[in-house]
Amino acid sequence: MFRRLPDLARPSVSFLLDGERAEGREGESVAASLLAAGRPVCRTMPVGGLPRGPFCMMGACFDCLVTIDGVGNRQGCLVSLREGMDVRTQDGRREIGR
Amino acid sequence: MKRIELLEEVAAAYDLVVVGAGPAGMAAAATAAAHGFSVLVTDEAAGPGGQVYRAITTTPVGRRDVFGRDYWQGAALTAAFAASAADYIPGCAAWYLDDALQVGLSAGGTSRTIAARRVILATGALERPFPIKGWTLPGVMNAGAAQILLKSAGLVAAGRVVLAGSGPLIWLLAAQYLAAGAKPALILETTPPGQWRDAVRHFPGFLPSPYLRKGLALMARVRRAVKVIPGVAELAVEDEEPLRVGWKRARGAAGTIAADHLLLHQGVVPNINLAAAAGCALAWNEAQACWQPETDAFGNTSLSGIAVAGDGAGIAGAEIAAMRGRIAALAAAEALGKISHEACARLVAGERKALRRFERARPFLDTLYRPARAFRLGAAEAMACRCEEVSVARVREAVASLGVQGPNQLKAFLRCGMGPCQGRFCGLTVGEIIADVRGVSPAEVGYYRLRPPVKPITVAELAGMKTTAADIRAVVRS
Amino acid sequence: MRPRFALSSDRDNVRVGSGGGEARRRSVAEAPDLGPRKERMTERSCEIAVIGGGLVGIAIGYGLARPGRRVSVLDEGDRAFRASRGNFALVWVQGKGVGMPRYAAWTRHSSEVWAGFARELGEETGIDIAHRRPGGFALSLSEAELARRGALMERLMSQPGMEPYPYEFVGRNELRGTLPEIGPDVVGGYYCPLDGEVNSLRLLLALHTGFTRRGGTYAPGHAAARIAPQPGGGFRIETEGGAVAAERIVLAAGIGNARLAPMCGLRAAVRPQRGQVIVTEKAAPFLPYPMHTLRQTDEGGVMIGDSAEEAGADDARVRLGILGVEAERAARIFPHIGRLNVVRTWSALRVMTDDGFPIYDQSEAYPGAFLCTCHSGVTLAAAHAMTLAPMIAAGTLDPGLSGFSARRFDVPEAA
Repeated sequence: MFRRLPDLARPSVSFLLDGERAEGREGESVAASLLAAGRPVCRTMPVGGLPRGPFCMMGACFDCLVTIDGVGNRQGCLVSLREGMDVRTQDGRREIGR
Repeated sequence: MKRIELLEEVAAAYDLVVVGAGPAGMAAAATAAAHGFSVLVTDEAAGPGGQVYRAITTTPVGRRDVFGRDYWQGAALTAAFAASAADYIPGCAAWYLDDALQVGLSAGGTSRTIAARRVILATGALERPFPIKGWTLPGVMNAGAAQILLKSAGLVAAGRVVLAGSGPLIWLLAAQYLAAGAKPALILETTPPGQWRDAVRHFPGFLPSPYLRKGLALMARVRRAVKVIPGVAELAVEDEEPLRVGWKRARGAAGTIAADHLLLHQGVVPNINLAAAAGCALAWNEAQACWQPETDAFGNTSLSGIAVAGDGAGIAGAEIAAMRGRIAALAAAEALGKISHEACARLVAGERKALRRFERARPFLDTLYRPARAFRLGAAEAMACRCEEVSVARVREAVASLGVQGPNQLKAFLRCGMGPCQGRFCGLTVGEIIADVRGVSPAEVGYYRLRPPVKPITVAELAGMKTTAADIRAVVRS
Repeated sequence: MRPRFALSSDRDNVRVGSGGGEARRRSVAEAPDLGPRKERMTERSCEIAVIGGGLVGIAIGYGLARPGRRVSVLDEGDRAFRASRGNFALVWVQGKGVGMPRYAAWTRHSSEVWAGFARELGEETGIDIAHRRPGGFALSLSEAELARRGALMERLMSQPGMEPYPYEFVGRNELRGTLPEIGPDVVGGYYCPLDGEVNSLRLLLALHTGFTRRGGTYAPGHAAARIAPQPGGGFRIETEGGAVAAERIVLAAGIGNARLAPMCGLRAAVRPQRGQVIVTEKAAPFLPYPMHTLRQTDEGGVMIGDSAEEAGADDARVRLGILGVEAERAARIFPHIGRLNVVRTWSALRVMTDDGFPIYDQSEAYPGAFLCTCHSGVTLAAAHAMTLAPMIAAGTLDPGLSGFSARRFDVPEAA
């Protein structure tokens, strides 16, 4: 669980997290939003199914992969959160067509 | 500086393309623009600063004291960059570079290639892999990752936070967390006991540097508030709820602690993927136990027209990165005829004078914080390759039983290095293991052969590349 | 003029390693340097030495070790051309053999024994190499392509001496029944039930594991510099890892065969032909049939090929334009593929003869020296292990393989 420091100079935005309404801050990375929302697991591995969460926060580890607005395997740490974004954690391999 | 939001607005050609908007990239771009170059700076992140000055123009954290004074040194660099005539495209990944200085860029789901007369790679550093048992568990992340979350989103890890590893960043993060009101529960320090004895002969070089005073004050501040266990020789985290971190010191004392977060760090290493994929020769740095591009004193690589500056050329810290960025830009200016050889030499000499003050401090830091061999090799049950889930034990066994000579053969047998991270998190580990089993230096073992795209692009983006009739003939055969 | 790579004071610790950069690899024509080496040099002897540890060499090595021959496979180090790296993991029959019906028959034979070979490897090593033979498609993106393909198949089947095998034309509508996600540009194609695929990395691992378990000696770091036939029989091979004495040798060194073959009275006119491959991130299974330029691995990644260029011995580069054409065609065959991320691309050098067919040869001047080269090391792995290797063990190639001898390249003397 990650907690926010008080008095952060950024407006709240709401987004969808696995279909449920969640709150984040405009402009933070989607990976940060997930961690702030108490979700340390982004996905499960394609071979074996073990859970992974953000590890490096700089686009190098590829563990923070989430589906954003229908597009799968996006690096959550490199995408800025916007109002109304549809974020889904992932299970295994990428579905074709998503 | 002209901020470009859409890839299609980037020009088709520039005098200089700079990859990376950290201290080296920003300094190089500002210098080049001042000498009349057309410059493009491309960076994956949403704003300038690289990792060391991450989110410096956009951090939501209001209190300046949280990050420490060094962080705010970056403000002068970003201001100079902002005031320059450079083009800057954030949110853009440079995925291709070749010896003809074609640069492949991807942003917003589209790709194009642009031409450059000179390229400066300022891709910075990555945290060194830290393969301990359980390092892939949710709740375990790099200490640098926690720092990025703090700077870019004002987030601190809550609950019981354990820091483990060695190197200045551990102390810096601990101090930042204390300033933010999030006291770490424990620091497990993995610097091998007695390593300070090897470092001590370099102390005279370190003594006059700015690092000493700041470093000592910072460490003292942290030690007053946080329990530190030094000389940790074994480390593992068990998959329990909460995580259970176990450690053992060199002389046998052992313990465990329940943790909500484990933050790992054992130094940083150059991010070499783009340079290597372009075909630049690499060299093994024995003191720092990592690979870096082969460069001359101006950052020129083995490929004409491509230079590397900053930590991407060799770990030396933010101040040196900026100076090296300026030196590389001056060399580019001379190469393009913007300044004379004499003017270049004079300006570079000025940078080198300042550089030496910081460079003298490096041997002490490098020796003191060289990661322990056991942690470079990895524990048997640790994942060596996170992407393909290959354990250290499996790598060792394959090397021994199949006579594997190097990481490329290993890749063919076990898939290590075939995942999306392209070896960023396994290349060094795999090299050390092979070297250990073969009884040679990692320099002889070598590194993965890297190819573009160094960051993923879609098949559709690749399909959009310019093609010639010869290209079509090479593919469409009966 | 300042030296290019002058070490400055802050880089005293930098040592140039032998494995780092592309700049240092020797060219195809150069022999390995036999100067002093750090690792222990060995003098070894064996019954049969296979020179080359790629898919051809290790399959033959395994085939020789199976019945208990004392075999050594001599391989290069980590940085070698390794044509095997360019494989597409297809076990492919359709379309091969125009100009040499014997090759079509040999390919078909390999395809027939592949299942047994895979099963045996699985039992021997515990490694499942995921071989399957659902049949494969060659799809066309225009009527002209389709017509060319059809003409090729007809020409193939109607050759004198050709044993035809089943294949069928599949029109667009029928194709959509089997593969509903097929793109609108696909006009149709040809299906052959004999085509299949395998996990080629696990195949390589299984062959090496099986080879070693059967008592074979794998010797990497033993690039062959010189082969000296010995008076009275046998051969002495000088390698960068020491000398090897062998009663028989098998040259399976890919493009290196060109340099080595004349040393044992053989000829191998082979040249490198570059091919480029793209692989995507792992996706949920959607492609149950291999295609000749597109397939999905058992782990889910989509492989996209294939190209052929005469680029010399340069496998260091990938040509973006070629990747572009490959990617564009793949995305037209299956539009969904367009959205997948490319994780890796690479190029490798096929070992190509003038007519594109293998060379299997034995030396008349120096009996006991054999030569094996082809550019379909995966498809022919079963035949190499189960059929060719026993011939080598017995000491002579079957007369049925005489058509593959390099003598076929001899210019006939004027009458």
